[in-house]
Amino acid sequence: MYRRGALTVAGIVLVLFLIAGVGSAQSPRYGGTLVFARGADSVSLDPINVTDGESLIVTRQIFDGLLQYNEKNTSVEPALAVSWTVSKDEKVWTFKLRQGVKFHDGTPFNAEAVKFNFERWKDPKNPYHQGAFEYYSYMFVQGETDLIKSVDVVDEYTVRFVLERPLAPFLANLAMTPFAIASPAAIKKYGADVGNHPVGTGPFKFVKWDHGDKIVLERNDAYWGGKPYLDKIIFRSIPDNSARFMELQAGSIDIMDGMSPDDVKIAERDKALKVILRPSFNVGYMSMHMEKKPFNDIRVRKAIAHAINKPAIIKAFFAGLAEVAKNPMPPSLWGYNDKVKDYEYDPAKARKLLAEAGYPNGFETTLWAMPVPRPYMQQPQKIAEAIQADLAAVGIKAKIVSYDWATYLDKIAYGEHDMCLIGWIGDNGDPDNFIYVLFSGSNAVPGRASNYSFYKNPKVDDLLVKAQTVSDIATRTKLYEEAQQIIHDDCPWVPLVHSTPPLCAKKEVVGYIPHPTGSESFRKVWINR
Amino acid sequence: MIRGRGAALSASDCGAGLRAGAGVVRMGQLRRAWAGYAGLPDFRGGGQLLTQYVLRRLIATIPILLGVTIVVFMFLHLIPGDPARVILGERATPEALEQVREQLGLNDPLYLQYLRFIGRLLKGDLGRSIVSNTRVSHELATRFPATIELAVAAMIIATLVGVPAGIISATRQYSVFDHISMFVALLGVSMPIFWLGLMLIWVFALELRWFPMSARLDVTIDLQTITGLFVLDSILTGNLAALKDSLAHLVLPGFALGTIPMAIIARMTRSSMLEVMRQDYIRTAHSKGLAERTVIIKHALKNALIPVVTVMGLQFGFLLGGAVMTETIFSWPGVGRLAFDAIMNRDFPVLQGSILLISCVFVFINLVVDVAYAYLDPRIHYD
Repeated sequence: MYRRGALTVAGIVLVLFLIAGVGSAQSPRYGGTLVFARGADSVSLDPINVTDGESLIVTRQIFDGLLQYNEKNTSVEPALAVSWTVSKDEKVWTFKLRQGVKFHDGTPFNAEAVKFNFERWKDPKNPYHQGAFEYYSYMFVQGETDLIKSVDVVDEYTVRFVLERPLAPFLANLAMTPFAIASPAAIKKYGADVGNHPVGTGPFKFVKWDHGDKIVLERNDAYWGGKPYLDKIIFRSIPDNSARFMELQAGSIDIMDGMSPDDVKIAERDKALKVILRPSFNVGYMSMHMEKKPFNDIRVRKAIAHAINKPAIIKAFFAGLAEVAKNPMPPSLWGYNDKVKDYEYDPAKARKLLAEAGYPNGFETTLWAMPVPRPYMQQPQKIAEAIQADLAAVGIKAKIVSYDWATYLDKIAYGEHDMCLIGWIGDNGDPDNFIYVLFSGSNAVPGRASNYSFYKNPKVDDLLVKAQTVSDIATRTKLYEEAQQIIHDDCPWVPLVHSTPPLCAKKEVVGYIPHPTGSESFRKVWINR
Repeated sequence: MIRGRGAALSASDCGAGLRAGAGVVRMGQLRRAWAGYAGLPDFRGGGQLLTQYVLRRLIATIPILLGVTIVVFMFLHLIPGDPARVILGERATPEALEQVREQLGLNDPLYLQYLRFIGRLLKGDLGRSIVSNTRVSHELATRFPATIELAVAAMIIATLVGVPAGIISATRQYSVFDHISMFVALLGVSMPIFWLGLMLIWVFALELRWFPMSARLDVTIDLQTITGLFVLDSILTGNLAALKDSLAHLVLPGFALGTIPMAIIARMTRSSMLEVMRQDYIRTAHSKGLAERTVIIKHALKNALIPVVTVMGLQFGFLLGGAVMTETIFSWPGVGRLAFDAIMNRDFPVLQGSILLISCVFVFINLVVDVAYAYLDPRIHYD
């Protein structure tokens, strides 16, 4: 046994050497055009005024923020800011900026440019504040309060942020793709049309945009982070999934996202193609309204958690391209508590719990399902039917209810549902962005709830608020781990799934690392042909 | 008038087309009869009268267009769903909702919103997209040429196949060719475009590689746009490579989109030819000993094509409304998809602009068809 083990190890080491050897033999090559195809066109190329992934993946190439995420996860790295310090009370942040960087229009990047951008985003009366600036309000405005009190120029390459109160996810927020620094000269020149004329400091420069068809970018040779390999990137929109996949098979595009599960199987058999999974950054779940009978009884909630066969759902409706969720946040985030033990699929146990709670013959209720596919759940109606069948097996008769998307969101925010399917997509890679949004008592106000279970646990609230005000990651990790355990024990939801959206590329596309947030830099991508 | 959302709608569209066509024929006959009894003069060559007729028809379109604006405006307020909430999705807070409503002027009384809408419209301002903040007029100006080009290609393909097929079917009624071509025509109107489109791509683009799959031009080809009609632009700039490539890109989507009008034209040509062939003057022509070919082409076809022209005009109007399915399958950046996306995003200004444009085009095409009909059929009374 021992010997065989040793041989296996030797074999693995050999294989690793071979892989490493192949890797090092191929140094990246400059040149070539990458054609990236997706289902929809970008909405606008003004990153602060969009929320859709199709816009942000393009602006990620054209712009830089002060900070950026690590290429694989959501830990924060320097970008246009090279270093930073924070005051003792954690309210004043001072950033040293990268020197000698120029926008694509030749104007210099400096502290004034940073101040100009933030003031455009912050102040509704600013002449260049045209648009909704959604992400600025999501991340930096709470109620009526703008958490960024002021942005001051200290010297040409130093900028100071004064906050209203300490904000633990501050750096993680700044690294988000929307908070990209645009050329002030371009904003002044183009005004409301700046979304059609993006000018940043990023690895690729904007060339042209044929709406509904393609966006063309070209290499920025002067990029501060090193010259990118690709000469050009073309983002094409090909709405139909099958047509897009046939384009890839025919070779007229190099990489695509938004694959149908059936095509994944075909691609895996195709020698010219490879499937790349994007790490999950979302959660799809079923919420139970805890203020309503019988969901106010924890035994009923746990019975439901035991009744649902999650692996079967993932097999049937995600083609296996998703992970079973046991926590409300995806494992790619720091602070994820892997020690939580999920409620296993056990209909007998579910029936027993229901009997204990006084429902030996089950009960009748409603299960709300979204009318539209979402990234965390492509087929909500079918998933609802599967859950309905699982619940029927333990005696719970759930009627499936659906409304148009806007009405649906409105009604669940008012808590009109018994149980509902819904989900969340991360913004900044901070656990606060999942757990505080989805479980804090302050988000359980009818009409504006994002805590759709109307879960109120003072202990969890304390942990979450505390986690917001300290900036030490180790401390915050502990707080979030504890909160996840308590939430698991209280069982306000059944976490169902973290989807891992597949991309498909030609084998010769090298260095493409999908980022959990959905927008990755193409700087290190190269074509091996 | 967003077309091609599947077989059901397409089939009903074509039904409407046929009915409308038949209606015109009947109306023509009535007018003819009435003109005969009343002993009215022949208006052929009455240039002045024709101009007057056109002017009258033009003025008559004003209330129609006004009605369109009211319908377009009201329709958006009658469908369910608060636009502000749709825009904000999972993240709607009351403050954000209020802000969006304020931005869109959704808090004002309806009549005020309508008057503001008309006021801006008269200045040619269609507003800005809620989603992208681009001018709607700019968006339409970039998308509409793509739709025109595709519609023209589809009409050319439909006519080139449909008219000859109809003539041959009529002259050889109940022959094998007649049965086959009418069966294919039935298939043409009932085949779902998304299926046909994917099959065309699979066979002719992926397997045989005869034609490109999607888009209007290969990404490697640069073309300076003047009109936005790529075929015309490549001729104007003398860009042969672009001309060849843009024509190649038109074949598959043009064929897919052309199947329904093709089938309708074939059936209309056939029935109209059959009707004409039974007329006395055709018998006379035959008895004069004229060649079959001359009788068909010189005598029968000329008259038989009049109702066909009407149907073609109406079909062209439908095609100019954009075809969501064809544009989606072939990633064609036209107005159909623009309008469809606007519906999905509840992008009110873009949707209003698209519907207005499509309605105006439709009204205009109808006008042209009427005028052309009056011109082609001298028995029609300009009233």
